[in-house]
Amino acid sequence: MNKIEVNNLTKIFGSHPQQGLKRLKNGEQKDEILDQTGMTVGVNQASFAVEPGEIFVIMGLSGSGKSTLIRLVNRLIEPTDGEVLIDGEDITKMDKNALIDTRRKQLGMVFQKFGLLPHKTILHNVAYGLEIQGVDKAEREKKALETIEDVGLKGYEDSYPSQLSGGMQQRVGIARALANDTDILLMDEAFSALDPIIRSEMQDELLKIQAKLGKTVLFITHDLDEALKLGDRIAIMKDGRIVQIGTSEEILENPANDYVSNFVKDVDRSKVLEASHVMKRPEVLLSYKDGPRVAVRKMEEAGVSSIFVTDKEKNFKGLLTIDDAIKAYQNNTSMEEVLITEDIYSTPPDTPLNDLIGIAADVKYPIVILEDGKLLGIVSRVSILSGLVLGKEKDEVISA
Amino acid sequence: MNYFYFPLEEWTNDFVNGWLLPVMSGFFDSISVALRSFIDGVTNLIIAIPPELLVIVLILLAWKLAGKGIALFTLIGCLYIGSVDLWAETMQTVAIVIVSTLISVLFGVPVGILSAKSKTVDKIVRPILDFMQTLPIFVYLIPSILLFGLGGVPAVIATFVFAAPPAVRMTRLGILQVPEEVVEASQAFGTTSKQLLFKVQLPLAVPTIMAGVNQTIMLALSMAVVASMIGAPGLGSIVLSGISTVNVGLGLTGGLAIVVIAIILDRITQGVGNKL
Ligand SMILES: Nc1ncnc2c1ncn2[C@@H]1O[C@H](COP(=O)(O)OP(=O)(O)OP(=O)(O)O)[C@@H](O)[C@H]1O
Ligand SMILES: [Mg+2]
Repeated sequence: MNKIEVNNLTKIFGSHPQQGLKRLKNGEQKDEILDQTGMTVGVNQASFAVEPGEIFVIMGLSGSGKSTLIRLVNRLIEPTDGEVLIDGEDITKMDKNALIDTRRKQLGMVFQKFGLLPHKTILHNVAYGLEIQGVDKAEREKKALETIEDVGLKGYEDSYPSQLSGGMQQRVGIARALANDTDILLMDEAFSALDPIIRSEMQDELLKIQAKLGKTVLFITHDLDEALKLGDRIAIMKDGRIVQIGTSEEILENPANDYVSNFVKDVDRSKVLEASHVMKRPEVLLSYKDGPRVAVRKMEEAGVSSIFVTDKEKNFKGLLTIDDAIKAYQNNTSMEEVLITEDIYSTPPDTPLNDLIGIAADVKYPIVILEDGKLLGIVSRVSILSGLVLGKEKDEVISA
Repeated sequence: MNYFYFPLEEWTNDFVNGWLLPVMSGFFDSISVALRSFIDGVTNLIIAIPPELLVIVLILLAWKLAGKGIALFTLIGCLYIGSVDLWAETMQTVAIVIVSTLISVLFGVPVGILSAKSKTVDKIVRPILDFMQTLPIFVYLIPSILLFGLGGVPAVIATFVFAAPPAVRMTRLGILQVPEEVVEASQAFGTTSKQLLFKVQLPLAVPTIMAGVNQTIMLALSMAVVASMIGAPGLGSIVLSGISTVNVGLGLTGGLAIVVIAIILDRITQGVGNKL
């Protein structure tokens, strides 16, 4: 089941929203309705679904309705029309108590302007969500302390929000949302108020948290780089409508219309960057002459489940998985027999990144970069995307 | 401009003489009795405290909340009041200020909360507050004598009418001043409206509410002389007898004591607001 499902969700601000709705359904646009009735269309018949454990990013220019949309999901704003299913339950039809309960148990939220309680310490801010649920003091403060530690703010429990930097305040905002153990995190431009370095740190942290806890994240941003870095899928909004939904690759490769391609055209790094710019040195290289037993041990030591194999001259031979290595060891067969050579895509170091975007999505193993048959490095889907987002990263470039 | 005659005068008199006084007098009597014992209780309590002890407590409070200068001023001011032999009168005035302020806060804070939460309530309350603050004092002073007799009780009522509006207005302002994103964040985590009020809005509004209480106290003190005109004991009656006997010295002596009390109470309550 979808964790969040939004169907034909509409919000019209103004005196006669139902009239506006009729006009919208007749296909009138946001600016026509504004001109003729003075009412503002915040969100226009938006539909999308977010799967459990997915980071779903909503991106759009200022005023495109992102904040309104995310506030419709937890009903901080009352919808004009449409439904919002949280774990299959329509939040728009809930009574007050059910709504409050759903917010407490299912929906954490992180805000652009933090929204911390200035009169409470960090500890009490983080414990707040549990406090209002009536969880007893010892228990909620224990949970809050753990969460504070998780976001790296140990030692600041007794400070007040105003004593912390913006980045630290937002860590508190995230801790507050995590302390409730909700499956869903709603994040409205959560990192937009932070300076670039802190922002990138927080993005990495969010990815880590998500990987560890498997949260379903609905993330709002107006920044494409952020969307590409974080989003499993991205929805692009314009004038209250969702104009395209897709993975980063789909959106970069096939922008649905001019609006999207305008967004995307800033990201022409894909044309400038080459495979060698984003490739990484493979975790472990196994020399061809080592046997399966050495292979298993090396993989165990490195904590990986497959390993690249070359000969003494670094000529690429193939990929060995740990399962195959164990099989070879038990059956006493040679490594050549179990080496994977077929499904591996190899390409020269000067291949434009653009050409690899599509391939990376399809292949099972990382792309190997070969020059005259010698292994220079590997390129994964992640490194292509982060390459697109961050550009060249000096410390990760391998000089050939 | 006289197109028709509006018999407000006759109507009001008919209302007061025909209904309010005869029918409601029992009701007003019981209010009067309750208020009088409240005022007497407070007066007796603070007069019973040894002046030296009260002064020490005041000095310590002033020191903690408003700094050394005000602590020193409190000492000198209280020595002055003692030296002109007005301690008892000062306590009588302070008692009336305390009682009127308490009633103003008990009424003002809830009404302020309601008018922050509801636009309709605000639309009704706002003109009433304007009325309370601008209606010439003597217009309601006379009926309150009719209803409550002479003495401290009508004085407290009249003081309440004049001094309560800031408590209402500042409470409303304090609640509306709570940043939208803080309210929104609290709601997003499933705060009920009662929790929102008591855990978020009121705590954050306290400094502003205290500024309102401070204004209420100052306005209540400024009513001391008027209160004495309707028989309330205290510093006001000293000033009043100074005026009526053209005894400038006596008037100044009493007036100065009022100023001293005003400054001490103002700085201390301001200090409370700032510390919170
Ligand atoms: N309370 C409101 N009353 C009237 N109009 C509103 C209200 N809130 C938002 N709007 C309008 O709805 C539209 C969408 O606003 P929204 O805040 O959702 O945009 P956004 O995409 O979040 O923009 P930003 O990037 O600036 O935060 C805008 O035209 C805005 O003016
Ligand atoms: Mg916004």
